[in-house]
Amino acid sequence: MRDRMGRGGRTDGTHKMAARRFHVWVGAESGILKGVDLGGKRAVNLTDFNRAQEISDIAWRDPEETEVLLGCVDGTVKVFSTREGIVTESRHCSGGEGPLRGLAVYNSSLVTCTESGLLKVWTEDSEDHVEVGRGVCRMRQDAGRPECVATGGKENALKVWDLQKLQQPIFTAKNVRNDWLDLRVPIWVRDMQFIPGSGKIVTCTGHSQVRVYDPSSPQRRPVMEMTYEEYPITALSLTSDANSVVVGNTRGQIAILDLRKGRLLKCLKGQAGSIRGLHCHPTLPLVASCGLDRFLRIHNTESKVLQHKVYLKSRLNCVLFTSRENWEEEAADGAATVKEEEEDEIWDSMATVTDRPESKRKTGPQEAPASQKRLKQMSKDSELKSTNASTFLED
Amino acid sequence: MAAEGKSRKRREPGGGAEGEAQPEPGAQPEVLFPPGFSVSEIKNKQRRQFMFQRWKRARRQEQLAAKKKRQKEREALGDKAPPKPVPKTIENQRVYDETTVDPQDEEVAFDEATDEFSSYFNRETSPKILITTSDRPRGRTVRLCEQMAKVVPNSHVFYRRGLALKKIIPQCVARDFTDLLVINEDRKVPNGLVISHLPNGPTAHFKMSSVRLAKELKRKGKNPTEHIPEVILNNFSTRLGHSIGRMLASLFPYDPQFVGRQVATFHNQRDYIFFRFHRYIFRNEKKVGLQELGPRFTLKLRSLQKGTFDSKYGEYEWVHKRHEMDTSRRKFHL
Repeated sequence: MRDRMGRGGRTDGTHKMAARRFHVWVGAESGILKGVDLGGKRAVNLTDFNRAQEISDIAWRDPEETEVLLGCVDGTVKVFSTREGIVTESRHCSGGEGPLRGLAVYNSSLVTCTESGLLKVWTEDSEDHVEVGRGVCRMRQDAGRPECVATGGKENALKVWDLQKLQQPIFTAKNVRNDWLDLRVPIWVRDMQFIPGSGKIVTCTGHSQVRVYDPSSPQRRPVMEMTYEEYPITALSLTSDANSVVVGNTRGQIAILDLRKGRLLKCLKGQAGSIRGLHCHPTLPLVASCGLDRFLRIHNTESKVLQHKVYLKSRLNCVLFTSRENWEEEAADGAATVKEEEEDEIWDSMATVTDRPESKRKTGPQEAPASQKRLKQMSKDSELKSTNASTFLED
Repeated sequence: MAAEGKSRKRREPGGGAEGEAQPEPGAQPEVLFPPGFSVSEIKNKQRRQFMFQRWKRARRQEQLAAKKKRQKEREALGDKAPPKPVPKTIENQRVYDETTVDPQDEEVAFDEATDEFSSYFNRETSPKILITTSDRPRGRTVRLCEQMAKVVPNSHVFYRRGLALKKIIPQCVARDFTDLLVINEDRKVPNGLVISHLPNGPTAHFKMSSVRLAKELKRKGKNPTEHIPEVILNNFSTRLGHSIGRMLASLFPYDPQFVGRQVATFHNQRDYIFFRFHRYIFRNEKKVGLQELGPRFTLKLRSLQKGTFDSKYGEYEWVHKRHEMDTSRRKFHL
């Protein structure tokens, strides 16, 4: 697992080829976007160091996952294209102080939220904005209904906003009842996610509680609440079957909690530092976690096994999975191509009876399916290209 | 030999029993033992002990003979002798840590050039340390604090009046302190150390052991002078080790006064950091005389936290988890 420094012109070619092969995208505190290829166990730095532009949030720009949005601490939003392997555009989102805490795309316009509470929709002509409240920790968009976003923060209750009518939130959560000493329970929403299917929202707090809210029910208090350990929970992600949620806290403890019953299912071990980003794969039972101890870890959520562990030299802030599923095929593909090259060398070095100048492809019985797979991959890529052209976002 | 004497003594009082036992499993070569026989199968303790000592003596003699033979072969071969095999130690067998810092690594260099200690290493700030203890310290801890204040230049000792660290820290920042050192005490013995780098820097929590005050050392030197000592940091090879090394180095001002001939050493071995304070003198080019002044102690890192001291809500960069990290005896983290 060795890091390769990808800088500037020399490795642009490999970026173009390899950018599509990356399984995980990680944003670091030093402003570097890292693409990690788990099959080859390589990590490539895709942007330059810039501590002033520390990446605080990362999101897909489009459902086909061809462009990555990076939100920085100074309010800049960069768009990184996976096909070209470079940052294609960068826009400074002024107004509001603090790092960007949430990025979303709605109707091909960018939605940003800063820590000071300025939620802004950046369209061509107008800019719609609303003050959400100070100390925002996170803003997330509902994947099923892109017009809904949720925000929450320190002493800033969970609010769900409709991007078409930004004056009033659709739903504001109410604080739970006073505790057994009759003291007000403090609010610190650190991360939230919409549960697909229903409109429910699961949040995690800095006081180690995980709560589920239901905007459609008449009560504004949480429908379900559970606590996990005593340390602030910093990151949260729903698993591919939306029954359980993976949470991580500042001590490096990752746990899978059941949302139906409200109990602890599994703990994933390994992380030694505070967990800054968690992302579950959309379909496979995998979860990627990154944190302050400079490692990216991929666990299997069903068997608790640590599948990959990659050392990335900076402290990591956020992580994003690609939704590619055929990892084993790709690994076999990679192995098959390597095998082909070796076999080619062997064949070329042997004395040939009949002269065959174009003996680049020596087909053997085991190479046929691999070459077919490559054809399939190429056709898939061409499909992606055509869809990307149609949904080209103009800014 | 003592072993022989013992067996002889045992032979006399138990003469009867031993006498008849001796010819049987004894030194005579005609007696054949069943195959797979080991000394531990003899049920009689005295006989078993006797047999074991004899076996051991025989083995020792074989080993000495083999060693002499090897040495003779070595001398006979002279220059063509194969190099001596290096014995395995835990340090040589250490599992390679992937976070080991490569000196040419640009990313790590950039990271270190812009982290919280960069202003110290660029000589923009010079350290000012506040040393305190846990509440109501006892004799040894108080004396350790005083000695640390002499060892670390520009440091001040304050009595902890039961104040919360989170309240002390803003006051320190207001008065331009760069580091806060808290020596924790348990049952009249110092056992923990918290170093918090002040403006907003990392906090390291160590377990302190083997504390020896200056009076307890066999030293013949005078007290440490006011000169700024040199700092030696040994063996901090991983990324975490680098951070801790930088933190320890930033306690001392960056321009050592070689006139004072004093040196503070932080030696990391197997994840334990040994602190020593010496005065040296070069007698000639090859010989150095060392006097140990000042306290000595051993530290083991328990956690490194990103901000200033906040054990409840702070974010940890590294936490020592015994059951996950201490599974291998050859894997170290610093």
